[in-house]
Amino acid sequence: MEQQQLIPHLFRTEYRKIVSVLCRHFGFEQIEIAEDLASDTFVTAAQTWSIKGLPPNPTAWLYSVAKNKAKNYLQRGLLFDSKISPEIQKNTPEFHEAELDLSPQNINDSQLQMMFAICHPAISQEAQIGLSLRILCGFGIEEIADAFLSNKETINKRLFRAKEKLRELHISIEVPNEAEIDARLEPVLTTIYLLFNEGYYSESQHKTLRKELCQEAMRLCTMLIENRQTNKPAVNALLALMCFHASRFEARINKNGEHVLYDEQDTSLWDPELISKGAYFLYCSANGNQVSKYHLEANIAYWGTQKTDNPEKWETVLKLYDQLLQMAWSPIAALNRVYVLSKVKGKQAAIDEAIKANLPRNQFYYTLMGELYIGLDNAGTIANLQTALSLAKTNTDRLTIQRKIDALIN
Amino acid sequence: MKEYMLIFRHEDGSKIASPEQMQIWMKQTMDWLGALGASGNFEGKGNGLLFDDSRVVHHNKVVTNGPFGEIKETLGGYVVVKANSVDEAAELAKGCPVLQGEGNTVEVRKLAREDGVH
Repeated sequence: MEQQQLIPHLFRTEYRKIVSVLCRHFGFEQIEIAEDLASDTFVTAAQTWSIKGLPPNPTAWLYSVAKNKAKNYLQRGLLFDSKISPEIQKNTPEFHEAELDLSPQNINDSQLQMMFAICHPAISQEAQIGLSLRILCGFGIEEIADAFLSNKETINKRLFRAKEKLRELHISIEVPNEAEIDARLEPVLTTIYLLFNEGYYSESQHKTLRKELCQEAMRLCTMLIENRQTNKPAVNALLALMCFHASRFEARINKNGEHVLYDEQDTSLWDPELISKGAYFLYCSANGNQVSKYHLEANIAYWGTQKTDNPEKWETVLKLYDQLLQMAWSPIAALNRVYVLSKVKGKQAAIDEAIKANLPRNQFYYTLMGELYIGLDNAGTIANLQTALSLAKTNTDRLTIQRKIDALIN
Repeated sequence: MKEYMLIFRHEDGSKIASPEQMQIWMKQTMDWLGALGASGNFEGKGNGLLFDDSRVVHHNKVVTNGPFGEIKETLGGYVVVKANSVDEAAELAKGCPVLQGEGNTVEVRKLAREDGVH
C-alpha cells in the first residue's frame, strides 16, 4: 500500500520535459532516439512502481533513470554508427561526455527552444500542432488522433514527414535573438492559437481531452510570458484572449452535449477567476507600439465577458471588429461583425450588409440570418434555419437548429 | 494456501502507449495489487523485469542483447499470489490491467513447495 498519491498527469508532464532536454542534447536529427529514450524511462517506471510501489521522490527517480539510459545509449556506441553529420560532432564538443542536464533551468530552456524549432513555417500548421502536442505537451498518438478526429496512421505519417522536413533544414534548437524574435514568435503564437481552437471548437466527444488542449495552449503561452526574451505584448494579448474564451468553457456545452449559444448561457457557469486573469494579461499587453490581431481579439473577447447590453459596448466592439477585419480578415470574424452590426444599426441593416458582404454561405451564415429575421419576417427565419439545418455537419448542431425551428413553428 | 506466480506478458507497449496511458495502467495495477493485498492473496513478492540492460546467453555461450527482435511478446513482470487452487489463482489474475491489451496474457504457474512433494 503506497503512502503517497501519484500526481495526476505526472508521466505526461515529466515526459515532455525529458524529451525536450534529450532532443536538445542529441540534436534534432536524433529526435526519434530522444522520444524512444523518454518513452523507455516511463515503461521502466510503470513496470517497477506498479509492483514495488512509488519511490520516495518519483520525479528524481525518473530523471536518474533517463540520465542512465542516455548514458547507456551513448556508451553502446550506437550513436557513433548512426548518420551524424561531422559538423554536429565538431560543433558540440561536449556531445559525448556531458551528462544529461535535468536542472529546472535547462528543462525550461529546452522546452522554449523546442517550441521555436517545432513551430516552424516550413512544415504545415497541422504538423506544427501535432508535433507540439507530442513533444511539447506529451500527448500520445492516439490522443492526438482523437483530438483531430483522425486516425493513428494519418497522425504518425504527418509527424514523420514533419520531422523529416525539419531534419532536412538542419533546424537548430535555440531561442532566436532579439532582432528576429518578433518574426519567429509569429508561427509559435499561431500554433498556440490553433491548438487552443482545436480544444475549444473540436467536435471530438472527449470533453476532458478538449479542455486539456485549451489548458496546454495556455500553459505554453504562459511559458513564453515567464521568459524575459519572449514576454512580448502580443503574447500577453493571446493569453488574455484564451483566458476569456476558456472562462465560458463549462457554459458552452449543456449536459446533452449541445452547443449553448452565447445569449442563452448560464452566466453562473462562467469562471470569474479566468476572467480576471484575462483582464490582468490584457492590461499587461497594453504596451509597446504594435497592435496585433491578438490585441483586437482579446479586447473583443473581454466585452464577451461583460453581460452589459448598452449601445456604447456594441459600438466599441463594432470598431474593434472593423480594425480586426482590416488587419486579418476571416469569415468567422466577418460573420460575428454582422451580429454586432445588428446591435448597433438594427437587424435590417445587418441583413443587407450580410447579403452584400462576401461571406461563405455555410450553416453559421444561415443560422445568423435566421436570428436576424426573427421579428421581421418569420417565414424568412424558418427558411434560413432550414437551409442551415441541411448544411449542418454534426448531430449536436442539427439538434440545436431543429430546436429553434420547432420553437418558432409553435 | 499455495503460491502461484502470475507472469505478465505483453506486446511492446512503449511504442503505442502514451505517457498518460502508462500512468493510468500503472495506477490500475497498483489498485489491483492493493486489493489482493487486502484480501490476503498478495504479500508483496514480485518485480518488474526490465528491458534495458538485458542479455540472452545462448547454448554456444554467445551473449546477445535481448530478448528483442522476433519475439513479439515480452515479459513485463511477475507477482507471487496465494490461492487455494490454480483456478482460484487464475480468477485473481483476471483482474490484472495488462489484460486490457489485446494479445496480452497472464501466465499462472504454481511454485514448487520446499517439501519436495508438490
